[in-house]
Amino acid sequence: MDYFLSEEQHMIVEIAQQLTDERIIPNRAELDEKDEFPREILKSMAQADLFGVPIPEEYGGFGGGCLDIVLALEQLGRGCIGIGTAFAASALGVYPIIIAGSEELKKKYLPPVAEGKYFAAFGLTEANAGSDASGIQTTAVLDGDEWVLNGTKQWITNGGEAEIYTVIAITDKSKGARGASIFVVEAGDPGFTCGPKEKKMGIRASSTTELIFKDCRIPQDRLVGRKGTGFITVMKTLDSSRPGIAALGLGIGQACVDEAAAYAKQRVQFGKPIISFQAIQHILADMAIQLEASRALVYAAAKHIDAHPKDMSKVSSMCKVMATDMAMKVSVDAVQVMGGYGYMREYPVEKMMRDAKILQIYEGTNQVQRNVIGQELNKEYSRK
Amino acid sequence: MNIIVCIKQVPDAKDVRLDPETNTLAREGVQSIMNPYDQHALEEAVSLREQLGGKVTVLTMGPPQAEEILKQAISCGADKGVLVSDRAFAGADTWATSYTLAKAVEKIGDFDLILCGKQAIDGDTAQVGPGLAIRLDIPFVTCIQNIREASESELVMERMMDDGYDVVAVSCPVLLTVVKDLNTPRVPSLKGKMKAKKAEFTVLSAEDIGADAACIGLAGSPTQVVDVFPPKPRGGRAILNGSMEEQIEQLVEKLAVYL
Repeated sequence: MDYFLSEEQHMIVEIAQQLTDERIIPNRAELDEKDEFPREILKSMAQADLFGVPIPEEYGGFGGGCLDIVLALEQLGRGCIGIGTAFAASALGVYPIIIAGSEELKKKYLPPVAEGKYFAAFGLTEANAGSDASGIQTTAVLDGDEWVLNGTKQWITNGGEAEIYTVIAITDKSKGARGASIFVVEAGDPGFTCGPKEKKMGIRASSTTELIFKDCRIPQDRLVGRKGTGFITVMKTLDSSRPGIAALGLGIGQACVDEAAAYAKQRVQFGKPIISFQAIQHILADMAIQLEASRALVYAAAKHIDAHPKDMSKVSSMCKVMATDMAMKVSVDAVQVMGGYGYMREYPVEKMMRDAKILQIYEGTNQVQRNVIGQELNKEYSRK
Repeated sequence: MNIIVCIKQVPDAKDVRLDPETNTLAREGVQSIMNPYDQHALEEAVSLREQLGGKVTVLTMGPPQAEEILKQAISCGADKGVLVSDRAFAGADTWATSYTLAKAVEKIGDFDLILCGKQAIDGDTAQVGPGLAIRLDIPFVTCIQNIREASESELVMERMMDDGYDVVAVSCPVLLTVVKDLNTPRVPSLKGKMKAKKAEFTVLSAEDIGADAACIGLAGSPTQVVDVFPPKPRGGRAILNGSMEEQIEQLVEKLAVYL
């Protein structure tokens, strides 16, 4: 379907497509098998300027919007959402700086991220603060002209690989949600270490670790935005980043349709290619329907967000749920169409099925997204 | 370091078919690409410029649509593109082509290094690079697989041989032809693509480069293509089955036909 993209958007698609076909697809199985971080591939993505897409022009980027980043992530996701996740998490790591950071922080951190010299990460989740972000226990206390951070973040994408981390910590416990603030922590700051790499079911090319703060001292000016505005910035960050996760789902969905249809065309049983059997055609048709419907919603949601409306949470959550539930279902279907071959590691769909599961869990579980949508509906209908 | 990279637009080899009627290349509907070896030459030029400064000029001879590969080169980091294009160049063989390119290089002037792909995948002659160096009266080294050291005055590099490689040091200006082991060509960048969209190229005619009409195009080409044909298909194969005696019997039967 033609979504009437701009010339620049077509360029982003072409570049991400070429990187995916030439660099990601030939290497994804090995990276997955070895749990290996895709440093070389990320370097070639930086060379192609993809890291600059979400960064404003005045800081060396392209000032791209939500749809631009969605288009890039959809292509990368078609190859490997482990690599796509590493890329997306870097963008997620700098969103708080873009949204709320001081001019000094922007000047210091955005240009090297745009160039791909620095890699970023976003530290929100903790052992007791997942879906309920208010359970955060990491603290930041001002001591003289330095903040002192203590606590442990869990399951942080790009942990141990990133140069800069935006970290949410409680600065005033008595204020609840208004007592959280965001800080920039650099790799190498005293008192900051990363835990060992977690062993995961899928997205194994991406790195996931704990971030451990033990009397970690950072300069006062690393506070992002005003003290106590951390949650608001986190919510804005996630509202703009969720369509990116949805886009990774579109990528998996497309790859699954491509793999399953191509296989069904060449697999012969009972003297015919299995694609000629209606049982298979219906599975493929349903996969294609769900994929295209999800794509239409994700693109529309991204365009809506690019207009910077006040009501972005609902559409952002809607597109995340739809596209990632689709990715899970379609990847299970692709394995089914390919039968025993689909289950084997020689074929890419078993990895896609393992990978797809995380999309329903991270950046807010799909249940939490439904809560958001439900609460918004409740508000809307109270007014009527 | 100022570098000129010679590039050629060729039909995508993945796509090539012969017209069964005429036995010539069927060009309709066949995608054109930048000769793959030339992509490695361009990558090396861009990375040398990133190390040493200077500029990278891409040069191609061809019809107006060859601007497509100049655009591609700009999106991959080249600074400037020159298209040598004139109806009078049509039908040029490697002799006439190297003459024409030499005249164009003289017109561009000021270079320390010329990089070419080892050969183009359409003609596969590997003659134009060395021919161009001879016309310009500069040294050339072919089949470069690695550049170890580079400065504006000298290059130290590895020349691929059938068995291992030679280490060659040569002073600039020099022409090199390169093989695919040299590097991995980069994917075009977003900035590059935007620059390519707006890029305008110098177009040089036979007159612009002061070419002698007798030395260009068909008139300047000693090679004349008499016939183009696909090689005859090889004979079929048969695998004989059964016991040794049965197989011998079958074999004798098959050979008997030729008696």
